[in-house]
Amino acid sequence: MVTNVTSFGRSGLYDWVVQRISAVVLGVYFIALFAYLLLNPDLDYQQWHALFSTTWVRIASLMALLSICAHAWVGLWTISTDYLTTYLIGPKATVLRLLFQAGSVALMFIYLVWGIQILWGM
Amino acid sequence: MLVSLYRYNPEVDAKPSMQDYELELPAGKDLMVLDVLELLKRKDPSISYRRSCREGVCGSDGMNINGTNGLACITPVSTVVKNGKLILRPLPGLPVVRDLVVDMTVFYTQFEKIEPYLINDKPVPAIERLQSPEEREKLDGLYECILCACCSTNCPSFWWNPDKFVGPAGLLQAYRFLADSRDTATDARLADLEDPFSVFRCRGIMNCVAVCPKGLNPTRAIGHIRSMLLQRAS
Repeated sequence: MVTNVTSFGRSGLYDWVVQRISAVVLGVYFIALFAYLLLNPDLDYQQWHALFSTTWVRIASLMALLSICAHAWVGLWTISTDYLTTYLIGPKATVLRLLFQAGSVALMFIYLVWGIQILWGM
Repeated sequence: MLVSLYRYNPEVDAKPSMQDYELELPAGKDLMVLDVLELLKRKDPSISYRRSCREGVCGSDGMNINGTNGLACITPVSTVVKNGKLILRPLPGLPVVRDLVVDMTVFYTQFEKIEPYLINDKPVPAIERLQSPEEREKLDGLYECILCACCSTNCPSFWWNPDKFVGPAGLLQAYRFLADSRDTATDARLADLEDPFSVFRCRGIMNCVAVCPKGLNPTRAIGHIRSMLLQRAS
């Protein structure tokens, strides 16, 4: 058993499930959005604005936004624990890794709040 | 044929280097890579490598042959040589003891971690613990592993975290005991594998499957372990 306190759910299984579910949400959301763009080749701003004014599109978009954040956290955490390790780059790795992880979380939090503001502020 | 060999003796050399040997192969025969090494060792006795059974059973002579991990003793030269050149390097990702000999300690430590033996807390029967043919069949494709380390040393996740990620060879054996009807420690075994590294560092790229000299499929076994973990937790 390897202990780690910085992963998303502190369990590999939990992170793995989160990543798969968020991937499905993102897949469905973007395929639907892409289909909408294909079906409406003469899309103008008014129509696009109206689409994002409907509650269900906002809910779906918020779900996609939360999914991106969770998915990205698991992914970036994995990258940081693959390449920023004591094993690979020496003792300075722990500080670098924690800084990278803190930076990633801060960025995702900013994007999340900003995204909600855009979705519900229009 | 030109043989380019990785040479490194930590006691003498400052860093590893590749040494080229020109070798005349006997006509009309397709030698194995191990035969080539034996011929070279006659020319230069300082060349070091591990070998024992010379028929793909002991798993001693795992090495990187023209960029691909494999057992030298069962790899015909004709299948790997490109442009008349044979390039031999040690298994990647493990510390080199000398030339093609690597230190397999981290590999064995991971193997030890998964408790690769039958655990059964029930009283020992008079003769033996029986299995139905169907139960026994579940172990096919798992028990044949010879621990040559070709798979684990071909796995980037194992390269980056050899101290935390069990690796394909260890996980294949972990599943071998999870799938065994005679083993009663399934729950404890699964609990030990649930963390973010032991199993879940596997990204399913199947490098292990591509090189296994015994044709085994660690990625599939890892998939089964994930399903068991999911079932246990939901």
